[in-house]
Amino acid sequence: MPTTPPPAQLKLSLGPLLYHWSYDTVCQFYEQMAETAVDVVYLGETVCARRRELRLPDWLAIAAMLIEAGKEVVLSTQTLIESSSDVGLIHKIAANGLCAVEANDMGAVHAVAGKVPFVAGPHLNLYNVPSLQWMAQLGATRWVAPLEMKRDDLALLQAAKPAGLQTEVFAHGRMPLAFSARCFTARHRNLPKDDCRFSCIDHPDGLTLRTREQADFLVLNGIQTQSAKVHTLIADVPDLQTLGIDMLRLSPQSQHMADVINLFDAVRQGTLAPQAALARMVPLLPDQACNGYWHGQPGMALVAPATEAQQHAIT
Amino acid sequence: MDTTTTTYATSDMLTPSQNDPTPPELVCPAGSLPALKAAVDNGANCVYLGLKDATNARNFAGLNFDEAAIAQGVRHAHAKRCKVFLALNTYPQAANPLLWQQAMDKAVDLGVDAVILADPGLMQYAVRRHPQLRLHLSVQGSATSHEAINFYHEQFGVVRAVLPRVLSIEQVRQVIEKTQVEIEVFGFGSLCVMVEGRCALSSYVTGESPNTHGVCSPAKAVRWQETPKGLESRLNGVLIDRYGAGENAGYPTLCKGRFDVGDDTNYYAIEEPTSLNTLGVLPQLMKIGVRAIKIEGRQRSPAYVAQVTRVWREAIDQCVANPHRYAPKTTWMSALDAVAEGQQHTLGAYHRPWK
Repeated sequence: MPTTPPPAQLKLSLGPLLYHWSYDTVCQFYEQMAETAVDVVYLGETVCARRRELRLPDWLAIAAMLIEAGKEVVLSTQTLIESSSDVGLIHKIAANGLCAVEANDMGAVHAVAGKVPFVAGPHLNLYNVPSLQWMAQLGATRWVAPLEMKRDDLALLQAAKPAGLQTEVFAHGRMPLAFSARCFTARHRNLPKDDCRFSCIDHPDGLTLRTREQADFLVLNGIQTQSAKVHTLIADVPDLQTLGIDMLRLSPQSQHMADVINLFDAVRQGTLAPQAALARMVPLLPDQACNGYWHGQPGMALVAPATEAQQHAIT
Repeated sequence: MDTTTTTYATSDMLTPSQNDPTPPELVCPAGSLPALKAAVDNGANCVYLGLKDATNARNFAGLNFDEAAIAQGVRHAHAKRCKVFLALNTYPQAANPLLWQQAMDKAVDLGVDAVILADPGLMQYAVRRHPQLRLHLSVQGSATSHEAINFYHEQFGVVRAVLPRVLSIEQVRQVIEKTQVEIEVFGFGSLCVMVEGRCALSSYVTGESPNTHGVCSPAKAVRWQETPKGLESRLNGVLIDRYGAGENAGYPTLCKGRFDVGDDTNYYAIEEPTSLNTLGVLPQLMKIGVRAIKIEGRQRSPAYVAQVTRVWREAIDQCVANPHRYAPKTTWMSALDAVAEGQQHTLGAYHRPWK
């Protein structure tokens, strides 16, 4: 019987920045990220084509700095493609020549399939083995599971997915739950999208939408709607390692991002207990924690660690 | 098998639509056999329906078809030269992908004219097992560009794509110009403000979403409660809306509730309860080469289907006969508003300022 190689170390990635920050803020952020323990950094504008603090050459300059610092860099494409210029940008990113590409739309997959290795992004709706096989045949080297996929389903896919296709899980951050043609931040200001005045730059972690009972519910981030709660799988890292997940995606937040990365790094190395890490994580978050999707619950639920006697959902 | 070799040459493609004077097909919803008959008898060119399970995006209690009903429906429709499409437009889940494949096998046996799919794995199954079956790309496939649509054509031979309700008319025109896949657009019905197939709001609150379970804001998670502050609607405990005396209460689809953002309180922060109605731009849709117009509402009654189909049949016929003199009749608009969600309508993304 052949000996099984020891499992590769769980890698950490920094997901694409989902918010609209100023050019200087973005540059400072990635200078700081270059010093952290993340292995892979996804760069680029994935939400709105109107955001132009950074153009492709600016992102490539940041990419070069990160590569110099030893990071693997992937350029992410926009998720909702509407105009011809959106399509044009996909082709420019595909032909960038420096970095791998994360395809976030089937149009982007079309642009890279058979040409360059790519990452199949979290919004491609890959829910089953035949779809993963198809992606691998097209040249995908890694796929990101849909946000709403539960642990038990992912375990089934892990057992049957194509050899060589790595799996990445969205493990930390406010979740990008929906995309629209309409900009909800501009709508809040009674501005048309075509004259949005880049309102989302005022909300570095998104604009909170509350129920009429004053419970934080969702976050408006331009055309994207996010969870108000912050999905974090820090307490589930050992389980993710057991399943042979290759990479955890940590989605940027404006404050304490380096500390968030440090906590994940310590847990993956086994130098910090998951429960203790969760306790330290909570004060670093812009809102309450949740992890329901992973546990087969509504995404907004927080399922207590399995070691506790009772699982309960906090809403 | 290497699917990347399963490409479809241009010679298989359809005649470019911009040169084709064919009037658009009217594609109507059938949530039940009576609704199917209402659509067929009032002039639908096509009806679309789903099975009583999670394989389609209107998986509601009391709705949809078993095999016997499909067989009857196909007979009734085909007798009147109306086509039948089966929606298999949710994503096969890891634990039970066979359910979707078996549904497709049944559909072929029962003689449906096309299947409406979103999942690439299922499309691949169709290509291998049912190579003659006509494949339509569902709106749940989130394909908004010619690059995406042409990719589904090259890979799986998809012949029609239903566009998400996010593009302006000019953007739809640009897509049509660059693809030979037939384009179907939504003409009337409840409006999804989010890109279809890219919305997990429902599962964030309830655990079930259109992609995974074929439902949005499922009825079993809804609670109504009279309180001193008014009638409250909740979805799995989350307050979606609260109605004052005299206000019409609507179904708590979670993106259509009233919320607070910043200093703005109690407003429709995402979308009003409203229906899409494109009767006013029908000549433009026909001019740019839209091949089919879809009416939303498999969850609605046979009376709704009859009413909406009758109005749209008359409108399309008049527009074909005399596009330059076409104008939506007041009686059409009021008949449609009477059955519209929120009793009001919008052009949605087709009209750019809506965005």
